[in-house]
Amino acid sequence: MAADAAAGEEAAAGGTPEAESPAAQATATTEAPAPVDERRQPWLEALQAELGEALVGHEIAGGDVWVRVDSRAWRRAVVACRDRLGCDYFCFLSGLDWKADVDLAAEKVWDPEAQPSAPAAGANGGYRTGVAGGDTRFQVFARLFSTSAKVGITLKADLDEEDPRVESIVSLYRGAEWHEREAWEMLGFTFDGHPGLRHIYLPGEFEGHPLRKDFPLLSRDVKPWPGLVDVEAMPGEPEGGGDAEGADAEGAGAEGGEG
Amino acid sequence: MAVVTEFQKAAYVAGQAADARVNVEIEAEGMTLNIGPQHPATHGTLRIVVRLDGEQVVWAEPVCGYMHRGYEKLTEVRTYPQVTTLVNRIDWLGSFANEVPFILAAEKLMDVEAPPRAQWIRTALFELGRLANITLFLGDMGVQLGALTPVFYAFRDREHVLNLIEAATGGRFHPNYDRIGGLKEDLPKGWVTEVKSAMSRIRTFCDEMEDLLVGNEIFETRTRGIGLVPAAVGLEYGLSGANIRASGVDWDIRRDEDSPLAWKHCDWKVWTHPDGDCFARYWVRLQEVREATKIVEQLLDGLPSGPIQAKVPRIIKVPAGEAWVHTDNPLGEMGYYVVSKGGLGPFRTKIRTPSFSNISILPWLLRGVYVPDVITILASLYFILGDIDR
Repeated sequence: MAADAAAGEEAAAGGTPEAESPAAQATATTEAPAPVDERRQPWLEALQAELGEALVGHEIAGGDVWVRVDSRAWRRAVVACRDRLGCDYFCFLSGLDWKADVDLAAEKVWDPEAQPSAPAAGANGGYRTGVAGGDTRFQVFARLFSTSAKVGITLKADLDEEDPRVESIVSLYRGAEWHEREAWEMLGFTFDGHPGLRHIYLPGEFEGHPLRKDFPLLSRDVKPWPGLVDVEAMPGEPEGGGDAEGADAEGAGAEGGEG
Repeated sequence: MAVVTEFQKAAYVAGQAADARVNVEIEAEGMTLNIGPQHPATHGTLRIVVRLDGEQVVWAEPVCGYMHRGYEKLTEVRTYPQVTTLVNRIDWLGSFANEVPFILAAEKLMDVEAPPRAQWIRTALFELGRLANITLFLGDMGVQLGALTPVFYAFRDREHVLNLIEAATGGRFHPNYDRIGGLKEDLPKGWVTEVKSAMSRIRTFCDEMEDLLVGNEIFETRTRGIGLVPAAVGLEYGLSGANIRASGVDWDIRRDEDSPLAWKHCDWKVWTHPDGDCFARYWVRLQEVREATKIVEQLLDGLPSGPIQAKVPRIIKVPAGEAWVHTDNPLGEMGYYVVSKGGLGPFRTKIRTPSFSNISILPWLLRGVYVPDVITILASLYFILGDIDR
């Protein structure tokens, strides 16, 4: 196992400056609590060599690799994945809004331990972000895959809250055109260099960006979550325990659909 | 490789242009034609605007969104167990296959694994979903080309598969059978024997389709060399599943990825075809159905006994994290990128559906083809509207 890891490292680290001797690597592998992902670690090292300072966060866990780059290096990172790592398959591109959904969370589902979400103070402006970190409210993320190596990678980049803007990658992967149009209309991201940012799903006159957390889900405003009110008691349980059942899975869902 | 295939594409367009020289000489103004939103070839409400020069398409633009239901937003106001009800309406022909990757993503975040019996039944039902989905394609492709008989055969034999799905799950189209940590319930008595006889019927159906269509001269003329997708271009557009295997890319997530599902225990083959045309896409799917029947039979022969549900809390909370799980669904690569903040429902779900990417190639692919070939190409790419619009 350790020997394999070392061999993998050596082969892939060929061009990278921080290539270590196989022996040193082998000891590091045996001592490390978590096993090194032999297929993904070289990818990360190659990207670190290629992007340098622009690579601001990374994680390898559970058979997957995340890399967060500076938004100015977004296109450069995609080029590196395509040309250096051999990612020939464009999987998807989309975005994340890390704003806590306080309005929705209050009514969305019954939660016995629900706590009013207090914004965490910190360097990242109070946004609790996910894997590979984040500093701002918006993140664009894309997934690329290599059909020869059978390894995929998730790229992320933080975007400015006031003006979420990033360079388009349509000229690198033509399939990104529709995905960027979708991210534009659903999250309000602008992609510089996109051949025609226009609506793809929503009607042309639609206002707002539905996948942003501050966009209200109108049907929930008109009618409260059905699971909270019209729920039959479970067999063998006392009447009036409706609320508790409401949150629980399929009963509530089915009622909601019919009501 | 890309150079050669681009050349093939250019040669194909040039050949068609030569045929249509008479149109060029007339210098007609061009005409805009709306295909859909109610055209039968679109399996729902997809509209394709094409600008024609004579019989040739010079520009094409698919217009989607007629069925957009906002599932990504809706998952944010549902609990994890409720989401399966939504997502099995994405690709409604192979709906069980939509539930599986979502449940696997939630299980990955929770670090829960379903017991072996549940995984085997999941895999078997996943493949039954594939059969229900693709048998309809095999017949439908004939209808688009003017051959009515195959679709009746397809509906007849798909019924056997749907009956099996209904017997096991209670729903013909929307099983809602997969649960975090296992399954809703165990298989009914006698189900395994029923499945075996249905599988041999499906194989007979495949032979019939081979007799009726694959060997048919008209079918071959209408599909061979039509709608060429070079592998490099297809991958760039995100084509997946049988569509990209028909362009010679040997990639099947079921075989290539380490998944908790039970494909690794079966002996089967991933078929590819080098041509990348409509015929290749039909042929690859035909083989895929045959392989799927083999997978189902092997799974049921080796079905382990034991529980079908792992221990999970009654109220399911998924720890904070992000997980991406994808599977090779009937239409191609389907995946869920689930972001959890530790609550009862997903914080954000990105649903990567195969058909959305599969038809994004249309503006490129339809340029220069004849109107009847537009229908062939649409049918051969095989999309489900719910899978485009989500």
